Amino acid sequence: MSPKETVISVQHLTKKFGDFFAVYNISFEVYKGEIFGFLGANGAGKTTAIRMLCGLSVPTSGVAQVAGFDVYKDTEKIKANIGYMSQKFSLYEDLTVLENIRFFGGIYGLSGKKLQAQTTNLLEKLALAPHKNKLVASLPLGWKQKLAFSIAIIHEPVIVFLDEPTGGVDPITRRQFWDLIYEAADRGITVFVTTHYMDEAEYCHRVSMMVDGKIAALDTPAHLKNQYKVASMDDVFYQLARAAQRTE
Amino acid sequence: MKIIKVLLIKEFKQIFRNKSLLPMIFVMPIIQLLVMPLAADYTIKNINIAVVDHDRSAQAKMLLDKITASGYFRLVDYGNNYKQAYTLIESDKADLIIEIPHNFEKDLLREGQQQLLIAVNAINGMKATIGASYVSAIIAAYNQNLLAQINTIGAKPSFINVISNNWYNIFMRYQIFMVPGILVIFVTMVGAYMCSLNIVKEKEIGTIEQINVTPIKKYHYILGKLIPFWIIGVVIFSIGFFGVAYWVYGIVPLGNVLLLYGYLAVYLVALLGFGLLISTYADTQQQAMSVAFFFMMIFILMSGLFTPIEAMPAWAKAIAHFNPVTYFIEVMRMIVLKGSGFYNIRTHFLVIIGFAFLFNFWAIWNYKKTSG
Amino acid sequence: MQQLYSFVRKEFYHVFRDSKTLLMLFGLPIAQILLFGFALTNEIKNANIVVCDYANDNVSNELITQIAHSNNFTLAKIIHTQTEIEAAFEEGDIKLVLVFPNNFAQDLYHQGEAAVQIIADASDPNTATTLTAYAQNIIRDYQQQIQRSAPQVLSIIPQVRMLYNPELKGATNFVPGLIALVMLLICVLMTSVSIVREKEMGTMEILLVSPTNPLVVIIAKALPYFFLSLLNLTIVLLMSVWLLGISINGSLLLLYFVSSIFILCALSLGLLISNIAASQQAAMLISLMGMLLPTVMFSGFMFPIENMPVPLQIVSNIVPSKWFYIIVKDIMIKGTGFAAIWKEVLILSFMTLFLLAVSFKKFKIRLS
Repeated sequence: MSPKETVISVQHLTKKFGDFFAVYNISFEVYKGEIFGFLGANGAGKTTAIRMLCGLSVPTSGVAQVAGFDVYKDTEKIKANIGYMSQKFSLYEDLTVLENIRFFGGIYGLSGKKLQAQTTNLLEKLALAPHKNKLVASLPLGWKQKLAFSIAIIHEPVIVFLDEPTGGVDPITRRQFWDLIYEAADRGITVFVTTHYMDEAEYCHRVSMMVDGKIAALDTPAHLKNQYKVASMDDVFYQLARAAQRTE
Repeated sequence: MKIIKVLLIKEFKQIFRNKSLLPMIFVMPIIQLLVMPLAADYTIKNINIAVVDHDRSAQAKMLLDKITASGYFRLVDYGNNYKQAYTLIESDKADLIIEIPHNFEKDLLREGQQQLLIAVNAINGMKATIGASYVSAIIAAYNQNLLAQINTIGAKPSFINVISNNWYNIFMRYQIFMVPGILVIFVTMVGAYMCSLNIVKEKEIGTIEQINVTPIKKYHYILGKLIPFWIIGVVIFSIGFFGVAYWVYGIVPLGNVLLLYGYLAVYLVALLGFGLLISTYADTQQQAMSVAFFFMMIFILMSGLFTPIEAMPAWAKAIAHFNPVTYFIEVMRMIVLKGSGFYNIRTHFLVIIGFAFLFNFWAIWNYKKTSG
Repeated sequence: MQQLYSFVRKEFYHVFRDSKTLLMLFGLPIAQILLFGFALTNEIKNANIVVCDYANDNVSNELITQIAHSNNFTLAKIIHTQTEIEAAFEEGDIKLVLVFPNNFAQDLYHQGEAAVQIIADASDPNTATTLTAYAQNIIRDYQQQIQRSAPQVLSIIPQVRMLYNPELKGATNFVPGLIALVMLLICVLMTSVSIVREKEMGTMEILLVSPTNPLVVIIAKALPYFFLSLLNLTIVLLMSVWLLGISINGSLLLLYFVSSIFILCALSLGLLISNIAASQQAAMLISLMGMLLPTVMFSGFMFPIENMPVPLQIVSNIVPSKWFYIIVKDIMIKGTGFAAIWKEVLILSFMTLFLLAVSFKKFKIRLS
């Protein structure tokens, strides 16, 4: 990653709900092909920040560009260049695997041979070909999450936002899930991921820590551990989060 | 266009895969449409009468014969005790009491006038009015007869003979009137409910979030929701119209069916816009249902389906005129029963187009706001 | 007891924090009372009529004036040709046409008989019948006026007495039906949907794995709606008395007692539906299509049961609201005591027991 190409740039971004600052004056940059970990306790403002970057929510003030587009004016252009997946929902449970792939592919404007190729490729990679006509509701959670991630990047976006993608998944599946993430990053897709698992934080190239709507720390996992003189990201998180005023 | 096609395929797959909802959408309305018109018959017939006859004269007997022979009344009791007759009213076995006083015949011939008591169970005001009016009419006719017998010479009795004709529905079949109206209600209910609930369900599960981060445009998504329910509305209407109204009840539309479908097309757009509007305000299906039910109930009651709009006070008429259902029921009855043409329903067309714009723009405006 | 209390409190929070559900719970009954009380009557005022007057003599003019002055009619137009009649009907807002033939007065005085033709738009048979009856009444009154001048009258004068409802208010008929409808709505619809919602959200499982007896969970779900129904009954009764001027002639205690039985009946129906339905949408549709419409149709307050085909009359007997409607009408309007309604109360009680038993049984099966 020698010539750092910026794909997300955020300056003094703020979101206020009434008198409450959900996100206060945050600034950071994310580079192409990077796996960027976005950590923080519940209620720290992570989801609000992601929603602003995805064009789902209009910031109160500040400047932000995602994939080179402005989050105020060009939300629709941003949406064409990002993928999004969350733990809360990923896929339509009453559609089959194949139907979900075709649906989201179609929404992102894929069609004909290209969609066909992507579909085959995806089913093969996830070993889901024998189950392609099963309803998503009948799949185990881990499979659903992997499928959801693959669908989120089916259109080869510049950035993919993952909001706690591995919640409730067993360690082996989580490991496989991260393999998929690395593979995507190798292809040049920037990954913006929030998580609660500190072992996952170690997998990220750089992590940021949100506390009370502000970014309290931002660096590589190794530097952060050094700075706080602790052995694991767990301890870094604990030190920072303990200072939080807000609780759920 | 391609994106809308993708969205449509998804919606239809979801609708047809839902095994508990599908029969509800198609079968229930049809069954209801078959049964409800049979039940919804207001025609006043079989009024049960109890006679309290204190006189038992020839004159009284003749009058009673006239009443029972009219076909509207069924004699359930004949006695000479008012109290006993009253208990029959109390237990709903009789609707009306006729009490003939002592010396009825004698006084009638001697004094030229005699009174007769008619007591009606008026809990159902309309039935009471019509029942009493039937009896009065028979008595009036009986009076004329008496007069005619006596005044064979002398002064002319000056009798106005009333001939009543019933146009458009000569046999006064209630079904002919009800079926088209009930059909409108079902199309309305299925359309507004399904549409609003479907969108709110995506909100509740969270799938709408996923859609919002994709580059599809708001109008794509809305069209993707509206078109399937528009088609379902048209299909239900067609099944009800040709399958039930035509085949079962033999209702042949007098007017132009294409005109009717033209109106249906615009009406559904307005209605689905209303469903969309509800979905933008509701967060859970329970809320959407409550709000939709509240308005549907008022729309249906104020539509003139069950009680005539003419009978409403001015403020209620105003509400009825802000009710899209009213217009479609009127159009339905005008085209099907009277054969009215486009010229006759031109204002109805304008109004429903207005509703279509109002609801849809309001919904889209509100939709933008909530996700902003 | 403590557990039950905390559950019930939670349910009340759900209900009262949701303004849109409150609209359904309290807005609907109030709106319905207002509509049924003031807007929905079959007594037609100011219906537009057209007179086709070929006669144009003093008698026809006199009659037209009387009709125009009656509360029931508004004279829209006087026309003089047959073809205009059809045009008037097709426009839609004309419901009745009166035709006076040529030489109307002459015929009346010299032949002793003259004919008036009433043409009604019978696409709505009810309105047609009612309006025709109104017009006939006016003509009959007029006839009696002119006959009074003649000597030697021989006539029977009917004296009509309207029992229970001398002012012929529509509300007397509707209010008891409305009470049945509102209770059913709250108990069946709201209960079943709120239980299925907890199933869908997964919170039901949390409740069921808690050390609470499952029966307590269900009772706690039902109890708030029981009280809300009684509250609604009170609101409807108060509005009927104050706004609609209907007096409650029978025992209030008896009314509340029977209502409680009916509410129980409806609650067990709601419970039963929640056991069958897999989703909120399904619960709602079953409640609406399967419960509400039959209630509207077969309880007898909208449509007279005696007019229905015999099979439907038989079906109407298994609709609990039919019996409840009869009871409420008897207590409220006729003021009868328990002696007159014990049979209906018994039937309703048996239905309630049966439904309660079935729904509890179903619930237990689902648990095991």
